[in-house]
Amino acid sequence: MPEVDIEGLTKDYAIGFWRKRPYRALDGVTLQVGAGEVFGFLGPNGAGKTTTLKLLMQLIYPTSGRMSILGRPAGDIEVRRRIGYLPEAPYFYDHLTAEELLIYVAGVFGLRGEERRRRAAALLDRVGIGGERRLPLRRFSKGMLQRVGLAQALVNQPDVVFLDEPMSGLDPLGRRDVRTLILELRDRGCTVFFSSHILSDAETLCSRVGVIVAGRMVASGRLTDILAFEVTGWELVMSGIDADALRAIGDTALRTTCIGEGRFAIELKPECEPERVIAALRAPGATLVSLTPIRKTLEDFFVEQVRAGHASLAAGRVVGEG
Amino acid sequence: MARIVGLVAYHVFKESVRDKVLYNLVAFAILLIAASYLIGQLTAGQDIKIIKDLGLSASAVFGLFIAIFIGVGLVWKEVDRRSVYNLLSKPIRRHWFVAGKFIGLVLTLAVNLAAMAGALYGVLAVMAWSQPALAKASIEAPVLDPRLLAAFLLIFVQLVLVTAIALFFSTFSSPMLSAAFAFGLYIVGHFTADLAHFESVVDSKVAAWVAKALSYLLPNFSSFDVKAAVVHGQDVAVGYVALTAGYGLLYSAALLGLAMLVFGRRDFK
Repeated sequence: MPEVDIEGLTKDYAIGFWRKRPYRALDGVTLQVGAGEVFGFLGPNGAGKTTTLKLLMQLIYPTSGRMSILGRPAGDIEVRRRIGYLPEAPYFYDHLTAEELLIYVAGVFGLRGEERRRRAAALLDRVGIGGERRLPLRRFSKGMLQRVGLAQALVNQPDVVFLDEPMSGLDPLGRRDVRTLILELRDRGCTVFFSSHILSDAETLCSRVGVIVAGRMVASGRLTDILAFEVTGWELVMSGIDADALRAIGDTALRTTCIGEGRFAIELKPECEPERVIAALRAPGATLVSLTPIRKTLEDFFVEQVRAGHASLAAGRVVGEG
Repeated sequence: MARIVGLVAYHVFKESVRDKVLYNLVAFAILLIAASYLIGQLTAGQDIKIIKDLGLSASAVFGLFIAIFIGVGLVWKEVDRRSVYNLLSKPIRRHWFVAGKFIGLVLTLAVNLAAMAGALYGVLAVMAWSQPALAKASIEAPVLDPRLLAAFLLIFVQLVLVTAIALFFSTFSSPMLSAAFAFGLYIVGHFTADLAHFESVVDSKVAAWVAKALSYLLPNFSSFDVKAAVVHGQDVAVGYVALTAGYGLLYSAALLGLAMLVFGRRDFK
């Protein structure tokens, strides 16, 4: 049984002041996340990632559709005891210190006395909030708030964690720490559902991804299935070759770019044999600099899906329009 | 449930303390001490009465400002700043959250009012000690009259009701509008008796009927005001105090229920 199960989730908002019209923010989203998976929920800004997460947290209510987490309805209080949530650009009570906030949250989960303090201290250490833990949160930078947000999402040692743009506002070191943290969570069997538009993070972390565009799921699956990792071409860089030699390889080259004196970057068709091209270009003084296979990246896939999605969904998201 | 409501309430109280809300007590103390000194210079024999009146009125006004200005931001601020996202994703039901917020502010008001009552009794005790002749002249009521507590109790219930009104508006409206609505209701609520007898000043039966209906619907704030009676040493019946307090608490509970209903159905966009 999937730990996160969403079926036909639709959310309409009323827009306009006098004559309200429904605006479809989510349109029949269906997805499943299995136990122990790291699921990357990808999409451009405004695609519906945060809306989906808010629906799962019951911060907003669906127009239609069904959601369950850990086999129970998403709003169930027992479910909430077992999940963690980091909102996008989190904001916390600025009169509290980081330590007080975590103790408060631990209290909500029913932890008492010294156990609350211990859990708070351990988590703040884990996310790299050291001496600042006794400063009011109003003095925290965006990145530090993000770290506190991560810590509070883990207070109850959740089985499923929902992270909305967890890398947002973090410097490269912070992003590396969060990546490590997500992998640690996965290793201890926790299911991680995170939304992002930073594709390199998704590529590094996710076992599966889903792509949402304009409120609709346009793709979902294992990274290995989606990307197939086949070679889509070759990039050959050679130096000391002349224009005549280049003409000799004919239409095997898709594109040739001069990148310096006698140095050329040549993009080759995927079906060609690069050894033959190199041999054809070999001449006195010619040197092979590099030969790199070109593979489809998550970014290529994402851009393809977004373009295709926008084209087919360009009819608009105002329900009943057109 | 009670544990979580208590936790939310405790943090509202903590926020009030850290936001220096209780500093108003200093202003109240300065007002009372300065007034007792000035009145002593200007009046003869009325000092005790005036200080009692001033103390009770200032308690009500200071409390009113706290109830409205904090009450209107209680829920709205959480939604606007999105701190509510964090808390409501935890095992907290929305109506527990609203109840916690309400109780937290009521606790702040109770502590505030208790301190004010203490300060008033303190100033009165000092006046009686330093001017024994004045205390003897105060024949209508003892200087340290326990009936003042009845007035403080009804001021407290009135503030609970104002808090419930402010909180109710705060669940769906901006602080500016909520404050305007709450102040408006507070003022209109002092004239509900006039609304009930509107037929004596208008000919239209419809207008009279609407006014009568409003007199039942709107909170009757004038019934909480027993200052004049207490200051002049008149008895305030226990039954009246209990009935009025019960009315205020029931009205507050109804508004709190409505606030929970509205907040429970809201989408936090």
